[in-house]
Amino acid sequence: MTFIEVASIDDIPVRGARCVKTAFGRIAIFRTASDEIFAMEDRCPHKGGPLSQGIVHGSSVTCPLHNWVISLETGKAQGADEGAVATIPVKREGNRILIALASLQRPAA
Amino acid sequence: MRDKLVIIGNGMAPGRMLEHLLKAAPERYDITIFNAEPRVNYDRIMLSPVLSGEKEFEQIIIHGDGWYIKNGITLYKGHKITAIDREARSVISDHGVVKCYDKLVIATGSAPMILPVPGNNLAGVLTYRDLDDVHAMMLAAQSRTKAVVIGGGLLGLEAAAGLKAREMDVTVLHLMPTLMERQLDPAAGYLLQKAIEQRGIKIKTKASTKAILGNGKVEGVELADGTVIPASLVVMAAGIRPSTSLAKDAGLEINRGIVAREGMLTSDPAILAIGECAEVDGHVYGLVAPLYEMARVAALHLAGEGDTKFVHNDTPTKLKVTGIDLFSLGDFADGADRQEIVLRDPSAGIYKRVVLKDNRIVGTVLFGDTADGAWFHDLKKKETDISDMRDTLIFGQAYQGGAPLDPTAAVAALPDDAEICGCNGVCKGSITTAIAKKGLTSIDDVRAHTKASASCGSCTGLVEQVMKLALGDAYNPTAVQPVCGCTTLAHDDVRRLIKAKGLKTIPAVMQELQWATSCGCAKCRPALNYYLVCDWPDEYADDYQSRFINERAHANIQKDGTYSVVPRMWGGMTSAKELRAIADVVDKFGIPTVKVTGGQRIDMLGISKEDLPAVWADLGKAGFVSGHAYAKGLRTVKTCVGSDWCRFGTQDSTGLGIRIEKFMWGSWTPAKVKMAVSGCPRNCAEATCKDVGIICVDSGFEIHFAGAAGLDIKGTEVLGLVKSEDEALEVIVALTQMYREQGRYLERIYKWAKRIGSAEIRKQVLNDKDKRRAYYDRFVFSQKFAQCDPWSERVSGVDKHEFQPLAARAPAQAAE
Ligand code: SRM
Ligand SMILES: Cc1cc2nc3c(=O)[nH]c(=O)nc-3n(C[C@H](O)[C@H](O)[C@H](O)COP(=O)(O)OP(=O)(O)OC[C@H]3O[C@@H](n4cnc5c(N)ncnc54)[C@H](O)[C@@H]3O)c2cc1C
Ligand code: SF4
Ligand code: FES
Repeated sequence: MTFIEVASIDDIPVRGARCVKTAFGRIAIFRTASDEIFAMEDRCPHKGGPLSQGIVHGSSVTCPLHNWVISLETGKAQGADEGAVATIPVKREGNRILIALASLQRPAA
Repeated sequence: MRDKLVIIGNGMAPGRMLEHLLKAAPERYDITIFNAEPRVNYDRIMLSPVLSGEKEFEQIIIHGDGWYIKNGITLYKGHKITAIDREARSVISDHGVVKCYDKLVIATGSAPMILPVPGNNLAGVLTYRDLDDVHAMMLAAQSRTKAVVIGGGLLGLEAAAGLKAREMDVTVLHLMPTLMERQLDPAAGYLLQKAIEQRGIKIKTKASTKAILGNGKVEGVELADGTVIPASLVVMAAGIRPSTSLAKDAGLEINRGIVAREGMLTSDPAILAIGECAEVDGHVYGLVAPLYEMARVAALHLAGEGDTKFVHNDTPTKLKVTGIDLFSLGDFADGADRQEIVLRDPSAGIYKRVVLKDNRIVGTVLFGDTADGAWFHDLKKKETDISDMRDTLIFGQAYQGGAPLDPTAAVAALPDDAEICGCNGVCKGSITTAIAKKGLTSIDDVRAHTKASASCGSCTGLVEQVMKLALGDAYNPTAVQPVCGCTTLAHDDVRRLIKAKGLKTIPAVMQELQWATSCGCAKCRPALNYYLVCDWPDEYADDYQSRFINERAHANIQKDGTYSVVPRMWGGMTSAKELRAIADVVDKFGIPTVKVTGGQRIDMLGISKEDLPAVWADLGKAGFVSGHAYAKGLRTVKTCVGSDWCRFGTQDSTGLGIRIEKFMWGSWTPAKVKMAVSGCPRNCAEATCKDVGIICVDSGFEIHFAGAAGLDIKGTEVLGLVKSEDEALEVIVALTQMYREQGRYLERIYKWAKRIGSAEIRKQVLNDKDKRRAYYDRFVFSQKFAQCDPWSERVSGVDKHEFQPLAARAPAQAAE
């Protein structure tokens, strides 16, 4: 899989997120309190809320529109809610953050 | 290949059947459901709370879309099956979809009866069966004033109560002399009528509908005796009829319902019938408990676990109208071979009657106090010989064997197999076992795991008593709730400990107060952040990642992910220059929507996040600052024109409003704070429904507080009258600071005041001048750190990352 650099870890606030715009919508890149990095589509499975704007806690994010809690690891809604958002392969090399190039070129599965 | 299971109807019975089937034989069938209603499976019983506004539709959904996807079930919403071809073993829908089956389940429910009177098809004549009916009634309630409900049974009375809650003038017409005569004897029917009439609903018994009058739409109802009752909405709730036509056309055996035998099989062994459309041993049903039993029997058959027979069992009836306790079970007709025991307490509105045959209970009617319903139900089901307790039977279980009169004693004495939740057939033993095995502690947990109290909710009190017995003091339904799942501490404890232990960061609070999660959740973090901002204004560094997006981005997020921007217009005043600047910004950034808000200022909606700093820069040049329309903080101070212009104005209400807003803007508070100043008691600024309001009078300023006009509506209370503007400002600031220091996060002033008591607040911020000054000084101190316009800060570069997307580096740098 080809990866492309999109950010340095310092670009993203701890317990926060930033976005990458693609022709197919936005990709949200999250940084947790323990400096883990996750990426997924910036669309809540509920009503499309921008997950990047939510509050990050543990390895989850709470959607800003109606408070669904989404696992950053699996993309799945937690608790009683059902649905999932497509996660995107991401890796860290030193301070560089890279995501799968393919995710910029076609919609995530 | 899997067998094909097709289900017609997606109501409560097949929903339950599938739950059993998926547990017993998850892989066996390829399942397709056709539902004439264009929606998922929901709790039809709970339509009445939706009608009355106590619940939202989303809260009564049983299986959401995700459930069907997860279980690989195809649901055709809004597809009505028009024919069953038994030879080809297929069904066809009104949209032309044809589906073959190996097994077919008919669960078409019932249809409301429409009285065969002239005018029954006029616009404004409705029935009460599904969500569309509820929506139609809600709509009608908005624009129409008088409603007539035909039928004084369970459905009719619930509809009447719902329409009354929506402020219609409601009359119930009932053909028989007393209400709910099939479930209640005349004495209880009379008490019920009184209780309903006390709610302002009119009841006419012995009322036979002759015609519905109107020209194109309903105008009234004419009775057989010639009376005409004006009405713009008529709800027919005169009974239901099993929906059997589809089965009949297919040549299945029909009586009142579709005849079903062992395994719920119809006369065609490939076809089952369950729910209200099915008939077993001459009985058809209109309550869910027996339908759920049918569902279980059908699931056993489909899972290949043999054919059991559905056994008739009486189900108690309860009415879901808040505040009316009613319980009816079995057969309570008089008879030569029957005896009855009756207890009446007219002053308390209590009536109890037990009907006996051969020393066994055959029927029970309870009104006003239904606590012993479950006990009587149990005695009846087990056919217990009651000779020994005959004299005390009617007083209920607590009186048997000289047991003390403890409210939980009745429940304690119930055997494990006594039914607690009628709708879902959950007995006491299953609840206590689940509590012990799964360590359940809250009513919501018990609902989720056992389904007890999860349908109509009328047994909630009983379930809570079972919990109380099982958990002892560990269960206290009125106990203060913890902040969230991350801690056992309540808001007040957290606030107290932050001060007492001098905790000054979120990690310190979480460590010292033993948070159960590493970095909290979206509920506790914003609360902690506020408490720390409020308690240590000079030392605490605001943690933006713990703020809700609106407060982080200083704009309101919209449903499409864009933002809205509301600049301050001090006291609702503006000028040509300001309006011109707004117009220019709107043009320059192509802002799609501009709206005058309910708070006397202007909202620009639909701005992309990247544009926000530039929009603010332009607004800033015209002198605008953030209106904090997003903040748990001071929002607007509405004013009226006051003595400057108005012929009735007693003081400069506009000037005072502006002064208050300029003094207090930027402060963070537990929940939003809205204020208003009216120039005279005509109150054009609507000050008497605000968190804080001022009514100017000749002799000074009447300060009001603790009003509400959002989710709740409540007029303000008067704090007191002061003579000067200066004093008014000091009192208001002190009041706000007291609230800032004591309020729980997201608790509006009126809720806080209710908790603390208005007298205490008045004492501290009006009468005790030293205390007042101390609060005032603490507010002024914290404003030193709060009054900086967040927009201009961001225009000058603060939190740049928040507003800019990342850019992918050139692909040349792509790594393998
Ligand atoms: C814009 C406005 C409606 C309008 O078009 O006029 C509005 C819009 C919103 N209101 Fe409001 N409220 C607006 C006046 C009101 C009023 C009337 C008033 O202020 O005189 C009320 C009733 C009074 C009150 O506050 O109780 C009101 C009671 C609410 C409530 C219920 C609060 C409650 O505790 O009962 C919410 C929900 C909440 O805050 O949790 C709410 C929430 C909202 C939110 C923030 C919903 C949200 O969370 O996204 C809306 C933001 C839209 C936006 O981006 O601008 N809005 N809202 C009004 C802005 C006033 C302003 O200039 O700042
Ligand atoms: C307002 C109200 C309050 C109630 N309160 C209580 C209560 O407190 N306690 C209690 O026990 N019971 C109560 N009931 C009764 C209870 O809701 C019903 O007994 C139960 O819902 C019946 O379930 P069912 O599956 O047989 O039919 P339903 O839930 O009626 O479902 C039948 C479904 O089949 C669909 N359908 C019909 N024909 C076709 C077709 N040809 N093709 C495709 N789909 C079709 C219908 O659109 C409908 O969605 C109440 C009912 C109402 C309306
Ligand atoms: S009433 Fe307020 S919260 Fe509700 S839709 Fe209108 S603006 Fe939004
Ligand atoms: S859109 Fe995310 S919770 Fe509703």
